[in-house]
Amino acid sequence: MSTDVPLRPPRESLDPRVRSWWRVHGLVWPLLLAVVLAVLGLLIPAIGWFLPLAGAVAVVGLLVALLFPAYWYRVHRWELTHDAVYTRSGFVWQEWRAAPLSRIQTVDTTRGPLQQALGLATLVVTTASAKGAVTVAGLDHARAAEIAETLTRATQAVPGDAT
Amino acid sequence: MSSPEDGWRRLDARTVLASAVLALGACLAAGVPVLLGQRGRDTFAFTLGFIGTGVVLLVGAAAVIEYVRLARTRFRVGPERVEVHSGILVRARTGLARERVRSVEVTADPVLRVLGLATVRIGTGQKASASDKPLELRALRRPDAEALRRELLERPAPPDPADVPPRDETLAVLDPGWIRFAPLSALTPALGVAGFGALLQGSDWFGLQRTVLDDAARLALVLGVAVSLVVAVLVVAAVGTVASLAVFVESWWGYRLTREPRTGALHVRRGLLTRRSTTLEEDRLRGVAVVEPAAVRWFGAARVDAVATGLSRGQEQRSDPRGLLPVAPAAVVDRVVAEVLREPAAPTTQVVLQAHPPAARTRRVRWASAVCLLPAVALALVGLAADAHGLWLPALVLVLLGLAVGTWLGRLAYRNLGHGLVGRYVVTRHGAPGRRTVALRRDGILTWTLTRTPFQRRAGLVTLWFTTAAGEGAYGVYDLGVEQAMTLAAETLGDRFTPYLAETRVVA
Repeated sequence: MSTDVPLRPPRESLDPRVRSWWRVHGLVWPLLLAVVLAVLGLLIPAIGWFLPLAGAVAVVGLLVALLFPAYWYRVHRWELTHDAVYTRSGFVWQEWRAAPLSRIQTVDTTRGPLQQALGLATLVVTTASAKGAVTVAGLDHARAAEIAETLTRATQAVPGDAT
Repeated sequence: MSSPEDGWRRLDARTVLASAVLALGACLAAGVPVLLGQRGRDTFAFTLGFIGTGVVLLVGAAAVIEYVRLARTRFRVGPERVEVHSGILVRARTGLARERVRSVEVTADPVLRVLGLATVRIGTGQKASASDKPLELRALRRPDAEALRRELLERPAPPDPADVPPRDETLAVLDPGWIRFAPLSALTPALGVAGFGALLQGSDWFGLQRTVLDDAARLALVLGVAVSLVVAVLVVAAVGTVASLAVFVESWWGYRLTREPRTGALHVRRGLLTRRSTTLEEDRLRGVAVVEPAAVRWFGAARVDAVATGLSRGQEQRSDPRGLLPVAPAAVVDRVVAEVLREPAAPTTQVVLQAHPPAARTRRVRWASAVCLLPAVALALVGLAADAHGLWLPALVLVLLGLAVGTWLGRLAYRNLGHGLVGRYVVTRHGAPGRRTVALRRDGILTWTLTRTPFQRRAGLVTLWFTTAAGEGAYGVYDLGVEQAMTLAAETLGDRFTPYLAETRVVA
């Protein structure tokens, strides 16, 4: 029995370039692992079976990197309502979160090297809760900076210390 | 872009020097012992050159990285917010509303102090995950750092808690009879075993460890396996009981819970050797948790913890600052909960708890059985590996026992699962064999989070988290039915939740 959660999906999808980011990420780590396994397998005869393992890792990584980003792109959504940030994430382990503006403490953007190359940024919205920050990974860089600016201004309008 | 007119400021250039000195120190700490080890050997000159080159390269690299970091870092204190741009590879732009600034810390390690520099850390009082660091500016000239601190904290100081008049309203005082619950603590067996450890350690100091062990072994041989096991358990129980009584007396001696009438702040005073005094402002209180550990619950007792912001567990290592009441009879617990929350009756007992869907019971029984079967699996594996057929029967017995205990625990966990609303509070309960009931003030809830694992998805269940800035930060209502979760969230949070419901759904 599977019931759909009757929450509306957040209005906006991520920047389309995020799929390239996921693909590269999905490729780099399995390939690195595969190379390490292959080198070990070649150098140490006793663990020669590392070679087929490396092949398997590479194939699985390739499949995941090629097939999954399209699904992830459909699932990961976000929205800035007039009084909250609302996100949906997780393909297997699903999560819906909302952070009201009155409870936001800081709004940051971060960009890894690959994100910089692709012109992407991650928006990090911190609340006082131990559930951690609400993050939207994979927005257009300029857009993210603009949103961070708007949100920081909006949070100032609300009095209190956000706890 | 970095002109001083728009208020952007930079860190002090001498920070580069400070970092280079620190790097040099680290290099010397690693390199000198190596050189000392090589002293007088043929390879000494080579090693010296090798290490010297390494030191120059490392210190140079540290200086260059620090220089780039400084060039990339700038900050601005506006009338309403603090902004920091930083990062070498990963660029970060951090903005912080000045109103949210809770603490500003100015520190200096010895190197910075010699150079007249200081690091400024700006905290928002968030005690979230490990990744939430305070905003750090390393480093500024010391006068600048102090000026920045004053600038950020330009607010009237809160009244000194030491000034309050001593005529407090007493909510609870220690009843010596409560000590009877102390040995029921889960710590008791651990304390008993620790007693043995202490005995061995102590005898070792006098060189008598062998003697003690030999005597114990001889005694065990004389008594036989069964009798010596019983004796060991009895001794552990006795030592554990005495130790837990001592711990109780040390922690809760002179316990008194009072309320300061003017501000409504709660005070907890307790402790024999270490006197502890915790003050809890009323506007930081978000609710209470009634904790009933397994053995304690069978005697109808519980303890009360505060759910409040700014009470971190790291604050005081040896004692838990959240404790409002030690383990006490249910009637006392109810009275204290009601008085602490200023309610006519305790929400934790007034509430009518709603059960969760039967699928939640299935999940609990499965998980509990799986865990309880682990010893049987381990024994069976040992039996396989050692090819010992004698182990099959005990393994079979363990399987049956594990299934029985697992089913019982799972069903108990399901019976203890529940949620409900009463007045200003949302109450949730879970756990087995012990259980905890949390009453959370609805307006103290920050946000909601809904999560679903693949297993929950198949069973049509979800977990709804209420996050607060208090206590553990997130309180889960586990394995709710989907519809149930929607109703609970809507009733608890009102228009903080309903805008997210699908439009096709009619909201009651």
